[in-house]
Amino acid sequence: MAGIVSFGTYVPFHRIARKTIGQTLGTGGGKGERSVAAYDEDTVTMAVEAARDCLRGRDTSAISALYFGTTEPPYFEKLNSATIHAALDLPAGVRCLDLTCSLRAGLGSLIGACEAAAASGSGQALAAMSDIRIGAPEGAAEQAGGDAAAAFLLGRRDVIAEIEATYSETAEFLSTWRLPGERFSKAWEERFALTQGWGPLLANAAKGLLSRAGVAPGDLAAVVVDAANARASAAFIAQMKLAPELVVDPRLDVVGHSGAAHAGLLLATALEKAKPGDRIAVLSVSDGVDAVLLRATDAISSYRPARTLDQWLVSKRSDLSYARYLKWRGILETEPPRRPDPERPAGPPSLRTHRWKYAFVSTQCEACGTFQLPPQEVCVQCGASHKMKQVAFADRKAVIKTFAVDRLAFTPQPPMVVAVIDYEGGGRVQSELTDVEPEKVKIGDPLEMTFRRLFTAGGIHNYFWKARPAR
Amino acid sequence: MASNGIRDRVAIVGMGCTAFGEHWNRSLDDLLVEAAEAAFASAGVDRDRVDAYWLGTMGNLSGLTLSEPLKIQYKPVTHVENFCATGSEALRNAAYAVACGAYDCVMAIGVEKLKDSGFSGLVVTPPPSDGTQPAMTAPAQFSFLAPAYFAKYGLDAETGKEVLSRIAYKNHANGAKNPKAQFRKEVPLDQIRNSPRVADPLGIMDCSGVSDGSAAAIVVRAEDAYKYTDKPIFIKALSFIAGPAAGPLSQDYDFTTFPEVVASARDAYEQAGVKHPAEEISMAEVHDCFTPTELVLYEDLGFAERGGAWRDVLSGAFDLDGRLPVNPDGGLKSFGHPIGASGLRMMYEMWLQLRGEAGPRQIKNPKLGLTHNLGGAPGRCVSFVSVVGR
Repeated sequence: MAGIVSFGTYVPFHRIARKTIGQTLGTGGGKGERSVAAYDEDTVTMAVEAARDCLRGRDTSAISALYFGTTEPPYFEKLNSATIHAALDLPAGVRCLDLTCSLRAGLGSLIGACEAAAASGSGQALAAMSDIRIGAPEGAAEQAGGDAAAAFLLGRRDVIAEIEATYSETAEFLSTWRLPGERFSKAWEERFALTQGWGPLLANAAKGLLSRAGVAPGDLAAVVVDAANARASAAFIAQMKLAPELVVDPRLDVVGHSGAAHAGLLLATALEKAKPGDRIAVLSVSDGVDAVLLRATDAISSYRPARTLDQWLVSKRSDLSYARYLKWRGILETEPPRRPDPERPAGPPSLRTHRWKYAFVSTQCEACGTFQLPPQEVCVQCGASHKMKQVAFADRKAVIKTFAVDRLAFTPQPPMVVAVIDYEGGGRVQSELTDVEPEKVKIGDPLEMTFRRLFTAGGIHNYFWKARPAR
Repeated sequence: MASNGIRDRVAIVGMGCTAFGEHWNRSLDDLLVEAAEAAFASAGVDRDRVDAYWLGTMGNLSGLTLSEPLKIQYKPVTHVENFCATGSEALRNAAYAVACGAYDCVMAIGVEKLKDSGFSGLVVTPPPSDGTQPAMTAPAQFSFLAPAYFAKYGLDAETGKEVLSRIAYKNHANGAKNPKAQFRKEVPLDQIRNSPRVADPLGIMDCSGVSDGSAAAIVVRAEDAYKYTDKPIFIKALSFIAGPAAGPLSQDYDFTTFPEVVASARDAYEQAGVKHPAEEISMAEVHDCFTPTELVLYEDLGFAERGGAWRDVLSGAFDLDGRLPVNPDGGLKSFGHPIGASGLRMMYEMWLQLRGEAGPRQIKNPKLGLTHNLGGAPGRCVSFVSVVGR
C-alpha cells in the first residue's frame, strides 16, 4: 500500500484572543486564542502554503493526482484545486478534484490521494486540506474554530509512514448543515449527535480500524481524535481509556478546530514526533467517520519537515481586534475609501501570464544572466531579445530595498505596504507586503513570498503573490 | 547627438491660463474655451489665424474634444497624451510643427477636469490585466524616494521630514502670491509637518493639489515673433525622454534619482548651450508632484550636488529670493495639478517672468528659464525639460 512521503502545515499569522471576542460581545469567557486567516487568505491560498512546505525541494513530475478538501471553497463551479495546481506549478497531467460540503473532505482527501498513489504504480498524489471556520457572533462555533491547512504527498517510494488500514462509515443524521449562500452553519441539539452519531461512529471506527490491521490498542504510539465537537472527542477518549500521552494534543487553545484541515494538522504533529515503527491512528468524525492507521518507517528518522507546526505557532500577531476580524470575514460592512474599486482580473491576460501570476515563475536572460520580474521579452540589462529562460522565484529569499506605506490605496487592512524587494542572487520586484506591522518595516528586512488573494472584483478572485517578513 | 534641437527658431507669442482649482460649476469645455480665448487675445490673433492645434489631456480620445467647443473650422487638432507630461508634449509637438515649416501659427493647449470623478486623488482606468500589478496610489509610488534618499545620504527621519516640509512650505509661500493658484495662502511649517499621513513619510501637505484647469500657448516662427508681441519668449531647448522602465526590474536602480530626468536635462542643456545649469538657469518650474520628487529633481537637473540638495533646501537656495528660485508660481503643490494643463502652466510662469509680468513673484531680470515635467513613477517614467529665454 502507499504511504506518506512528505507533509506540510500552515497556520496564518494572525490570532484573536477568545476573551477579546467575549469582551466585545459582552458574553465574557473563552480561553486561549484561535488562528485567523488574513483578509487576503482563503482556503486555496492556505492550502498552497501548506503544499509548498510539503513539496519544498522535491521533484513534482511524478504527481498525478491532487485532492483538495475544504468546507469553504472560494468558488463553486470552478475548480479550486486547479488554482492550487497552478500555484504549485505542477505538471499538466494531474487529475485535480475538490472535496467539499462536509468536514469529511479533509481526511477524505488524504485517503483518496493514498488510493490514487497506490493505483498509479510509481505515481504520487497530493492531498491538501484547508479550512476557514466561520461562526455566527455569540455562537460557540466562532470561538471554537480556527483557520489552518495541511498537505501530504503520497506515494509508494521513500515513504515515511505507510498506511496500513483505513476504515469509513457513513451515517445520514442531522447534526450540522448550511444551505448554499448562507454564511453560518446551523446545528441540531448536541446530545442527539453525541449519542446517536459521533459516539457510536468513533467507537465503530476504532474497533474496525484496529481489527482490519490486526493491531491491538496497546500497539498504538499516538491517536488523533478529530471531532469539531470537543465533547465528542472527550467522551470517546474516556470510553476507550486512552492514556493522555497517547492522544495527540488537539491545539484547541492555540489554533482552534480547523475544520477539514484539523485531522491532517494533528497527523502532521504526530509525524513530527514519530519514531520508526510507531503506529498512529487518525479518527475523524462528522457525517460519518473516516479512520486511517499509519506505521512510521525507518525513513522517518532522517525526515525533517520544511517547517513544524510549532514554528508556525510561534510566528504570530495576537492583537487582532474583534471588529477587524468581523470586517475580514465580511460580517461587518465598512465605509469604502474614496477610491475606485479595483478592476477585476481579466481572463485572457491571466491565461497568457499564468506561470507568472499563479506560480511566480519569471525570466532570466540567457545572454547576460540578469533575472527579471515580471517576465520580459527584451533584457533590461543587455538588450538581448527572446533569450529568456523561465525561473521560479516563489521560494527565493529577498530583502527590502525601499518601501511605501500607502494610506490611500484600497485594502481591507490599511495601510497597504508596498516594497521594492531585491532577491538574493538577483532579480527585483515591487510587491505588496502582508502579515506585516507597518511601523516596523525598514530597509534591509528579510522577506519570503506567499500566495494570496489580493482582492475580489467583479465576482473574480485575484490571486497573486505577496511578500511577507520571513516567518 | 541625442537631438538636434530648434534653438531660437520658434517663439511663444501669447499665452492663457485659467485659475486652477475646484471648478464645480465649469466644464472641460468651459475651461478650454477660456484658456484658448485668453491665448488668442494675448497673441492678438483670432481663432482662424491659428493653423493647427495640439491638445493635451488624459483619455479624451480625439481632437474633437477641442474642435467641438471652440468650433474650429476644419483645421488639424492632434490629441496627445504622455502621463503627467502631457501638456509639455503638446507644446513640443506644436513647436516642432512650426520649426519644420508645416504651419505658421499653432496652438498648444492642455486641460484636465479631475474633480468630477467623485474620488480623491488621481483616477486612471487601466486596461484589462492579469491583476498582478500592485495597486499603489501615486503618492505611495513617489514616497519610495524618501526612505531611499534618507538612507543613502544619512538623513534621520526627522531631518528628512523637515526637508520635505520645507519644500512644501516654499511652494505654498510662492503660491500665496499667485492669484491663479489653487491654494493661495502660506501654510505654517508645523501644519505641513503634522498633516495627516497619506504615504509615510508623506502627509497630505506633501502632495500636489488635485484640480481642474487649462493653459494654452500660441507658437510661431522666431522671425515672425515680433509681429505678434514686443516681448516674445524663445524656445532654446525641448527634450523629451521615455525610459526603459528599468527601475522596477533592475537592482542597479536605487530610487534616489530619475535617470530619465538626467538624460532629458543633458539633452536640453546641449540643445540650449547651457554648460553650468546651476549658474546659467535663472529660474525653474519643476514637477513637484510630491515633495521628495522636487528634492531629487534639484540634483537630477544639476541645480545641486548629488546628495547635497537637502542642505540647499534648508538654506533657502530655491526660495523666491534664493540663488535659483524653483516653482515661483507655487508649483504643482500650490498652483494645482490638472494633468494635461500642468506643462503649459509651467510655461505660463516662464512667459510672465521673462516678460516682467509676474507681479509680487517677479524674479529680477531672469535670462533663462527651465520647465521640467514628469510622468509615471520613480524608475518608470517619462521626462520633459525645456529651456526658454528672451
